[in-house]
Amino acid sequence: MSTGLLTLFCAAAFVLVWWLARSRARSIEQANRGQRLHSRPVYHGVYVALLTVIPALLVVVAWAIAEPFYLSKIMSAALPPDVAARPAGEQSLVLLVINSLADGWSRLTAADIAQVREAGPDVQRMLAAKDIFLPSAPEGWMVDIARDVSQAKSVSRLLATGVTVLAAVGGFFYGWRKVATGLRARNLVERMMLLGLMSASAVAIFTTIGIVFSVLFESIHFFSMVPVTDFLFGTVWDPRFSAAGSDSSGQFGVLPLLWGTLYISFFALLVAVPVGLMSAIYMSEYANERVRTVAKPMLEILAGIPTIVYGLFALIAFGPFLRDFGGSLGLDISANSVLTAGIVMGVMIIPFISSLSDDIISAVPQSLRDGSYGLGATQSETIKQVVLPAALPGIVGAVLLAASRAIGETMIVVMAAGIAANLTANPFEQVTTMTVKIVSQLTGDLEFNSPQTLVAFALGLTLFVITLGLNVFALHIVRTYREQYD
Amino acid sequence: MDAAVAEKPARFETVMTPAEPAIMKERKPKIVTEGVTVHYGDKQAIYPLDIKIPDRAVSAFIGPSGCGKSTFLRCINRMNDTIPTARVGGRITIDGEDIYDPALDVVQLRARVGMVFQKPNPFPKSIFDNIAYGPRIHGFARNRTDLEEIVVNSLKRAGLFEEVKDRLESPGTGLSGGQQQRLCIARAIAVNPDVILMDEPCSALDPIATARIEELIDELRENYCIVIVTHSMQQAARVSQLTAFFHLGTLVEVGDTEAMFTNPQERRTQDYIMGRFG
Ligand SMILES: Nc1ncnc2c1ncn2[C@@H]1O[C@H](COP(=O)(O)OP(=O)(O)O)[C@@H](O)[C@H]1O
Ligand SMILES: [Mg+2]
Repeated sequence: MSTGLLTLFCAAAFVLVWWLARSRARSIEQANRGQRLHSRPVYHGVYVALLTVIPALLVVVAWAIAEPFYLSKIMSAALPPDVAARPAGEQSLVLLVINSLADGWSRLTAADIAQVREAGPDVQRMLAAKDIFLPSAPEGWMVDIARDVSQAKSVSRLLATGVTVLAAVGGFFYGWRKVATGLRARNLVERMMLLGLMSASAVAIFTTIGIVFSVLFESIHFFSMVPVTDFLFGTVWDPRFSAAGSDSSGQFGVLPLLWGTLYISFFALLVAVPVGLMSAIYMSEYANERVRTVAKPMLEILAGIPTIVYGLFALIAFGPFLRDFGGSLGLDISANSVLTAGIVMGVMIIPFISSLSDDIISAVPQSLRDGSYGLGATQSETIKQVVLPAALPGIVGAVLLAASRAIGETMIVVMAAGIAANLTANPFEQVTTMTVKIVSQLTGDLEFNSPQTLVAFALGLTLFVITLGLNVFALHIVRTYREQYD
Repeated sequence: MDAAVAEKPARFETVMTPAEPAIMKERKPKIVTEGVTVHYGDKQAIYPLDIKIPDRAVSAFIGPSGCGKSTFLRCINRMNDTIPTARVGGRITIDGEDIYDPALDVVQLRARVGMVFQKPNPFPKSIFDNIAYGPRIHGFARNRTDLEEIVVNSLKRAGLFEEVKDRLESPGTGLSGGQQQRLCIARAIAVNPDVILMDEPCSALDPIATARIEELIDELRENYCIVIVTHSMQQAARVSQLTAFFHLGTLVEVGDTEAMFTNPQERRTQDYIMGRFG
C-alpha cells in the first residue's frame, strides 16, 4: 500500500472511530436518563480515535526503524567468511548489490533469476530494465543471500501488518469499553495533545543534541589521532592529503583559520555596525513616512541577495577594483584579501543590523523622548543620551546576531578572501576561514577515517563553541540591561 | 461695528469672564496668551483662547477629556513642535517675551518651562543621572561638586532625597510609581525653570502617592508658576488658586478656585462641577 493511501486510510479510520465513539457516548448519556457525562461526547470520540490510531502509528514507526537492522544482521551473518574478512569499504559494495537485488526481488521471474545466476553479459542491463541498478554483476552466492533477505523482508512486512492491526483494534476496544459517564475524556485528550506538543519540541531538541554529539564524537576520534594542543595552538594549517595507510598526517593548526574568521568578521562589523546603526537612526528618528516606505524595503532587499551573488560581485568587481585602487596608491592589495571579503561581507550584514536596530529604536517609548525634549534637550542629544542607551541591549543583540552570520559565512570568503590558510596581520593578503576549510576537507575523494576528513568535525565543533559563546554573551548582556530598564 | 460683534460665533462670548480673578491682583501675570489656536492637520483642537496665568501660584486646567487641556498646555513649552501635524497660532508670552518668536531658541524655552507628564517617565539611567541630565546638557555645572549639589538640592526640593540618598546610583526605573513621579519633578526642577507644567501628574498613582505629590506642589508654589492639568476636581480644589474650565477646545470660564467651585458663573461649568457630564 502506498503511503498516500495509508494516510487516507488512517484518516478515515480516525473519523469513523471518532463518530462511533461519540455516538456511543451520547447513547450512554441517554440510557442513564440524561445523567451528565463528565466530558462532552466529542471528547469521548477523539479519545477513542486517538487510542486507535496512535498505538498503530507507533508500531509502524518502530518497525520502520528496526527492520533494516534486522535485515542487515541476516545479511552479514550469511556472508562467506572470505568476504566477511574484507575491509568495511569493500564489504559495503557487496552489501549494496545484495540489498538492491533483494529490494527488486519481487519483480524478477524465475527465468530472470536463472539468467542472473548464469551471469550472462547483459545481466546488468536486464536488471536495470526492471529498475534494479547494480554497481557490478552479482555472483551466485549474492543471489542466494538476496533471496533469503527478500523472504525475510516479506515475512517481516506481514508480521508488521498483523501487529499494527492488532494494536489498532486493541486500542479501539480498550477505549470503547472505557466510554462511560464518569470518563474524564477531555482531560485525557488534552493530556495526549500536550504529549504531542511536547514530542514536537523534543524533536527539535533531540536533533540538536544528536548533531552536537555526533560532531563531538567525530571530533574526539580526530583528537585521538591529532593531539588537541596541536589543533588548538598549531600555527600551521597543512593537512596534506595522504595516500591511505601512509603515515604523513600533515599539520592541523586551527589558529590561521580562526584568525582568518575573526579578522574578516572584524572588518565586516567595522563596515556594518556604523552604517547599519546610522541608517537605523535615520530611518526611525529622522526620515518621514514617504522616505521610510521606500527606503526600508530597499535596505531589506540586501538581506535577500544570496551570498554567492555577493561573492561573485567581490570576485569580479570589487576585488579587482580594490587591487587597482591600491595599486594607484602604491599599496600591494591582492585581489583576494581580508579587506575585500570583510567589506563585501559587511555590506551583506548591514540589513541585519539596520533593520533590527530600527525596530528596537522605534520601540523605545515616546514618553522617554518627550521627557528629554521637555528638559530642553535637542533631538540629537535625545537620541544619543536617551534613545540609544535605552535601545542598547537590543542593538548589542542585533550586532552579535550579525557577527554570528559573518562567522558562519562561507561563499563570500571562498570567492573574496581565497582558500589559502594564512596567519597574517596584513589585511591586503589572502586568508581563509574555518567554514571554507570544512567544505574543502569534505569535498573530493573521501576516506572517512583519516584526520584529513575528521578535522572538519573538529572545525565544526570549534565554530559551534564560538557561536554558542557569542549567543550566551548576547543573552547575558540583554538580561543585565533589561533588569535595569524595565 | 455692532454688526461685526453680532456675527461673532457663539463660542467667543465664553471668553468674556466677568471680573478679573482676585489672585491676579496679588500676583503678576507670568504667562499671557492672546488668541491661541491649535490645529492637528485640518482639525481644530483649540479655538482662540486668551488667559492670564499668575506667577507663584498653582493654576488648574479642568474639563472633560479630549477638550484640549493637554494640547493647550503643550503650547506653553512648545512641545507641540514635536508633532508634525500640529500648527499653533496666536501669541503666548512669558514675562512679556513672545515664546514663538523665531529669534528665541526652543531649547532655552524648555529649560525655563519644565514639564511633568501623565505617566512617570524616568530615563533608563541611575537616579543621579536622571536629575543630572538637564544640567549636563545645558552646561549648568562646572564640575562634579556643582553637579552633585544641583542633584541633591533638586531631590530635596522634590521631597525625595531622604528616600533615595543611599541609592543614587541605582536605576530610576526601580522606584515606586509615586517616587518616579517625584523624580521627574526633581528632574524638571534641576534645570532651574520658572514655570512647571504638569499634565495629570497623579493619574497613574495611588491615593497616598497622590497626596504626597499634592503636598509637594503646594510647597513648590512659593517659587514657581505651576500649571496643572487634572481630571479630578477635588485635586483642583485642593492644590490650585486659579481654575480654568475647558470644553470642546474653548476656555469656558476662569476664576479663583474657591469662587469657581462655590459659585461658577457659566452653566456648563456648573454642570461639569456637579458631575452632570464629564
Ligand atoms: N497628536 C495628535 N494628533 C491629532 N489629534 C490630536 C493629537 N493629540 C490630541 N489630538 C486631538 O485634540 C483634541 C484635544 O486633545 P487633548 O489636548 O489631548 O485633550 P485633553 O488633554 O483635554 O484630554 C482631541 O480631540 C484629540 O483627539
Ligand atoms: Mg490630556
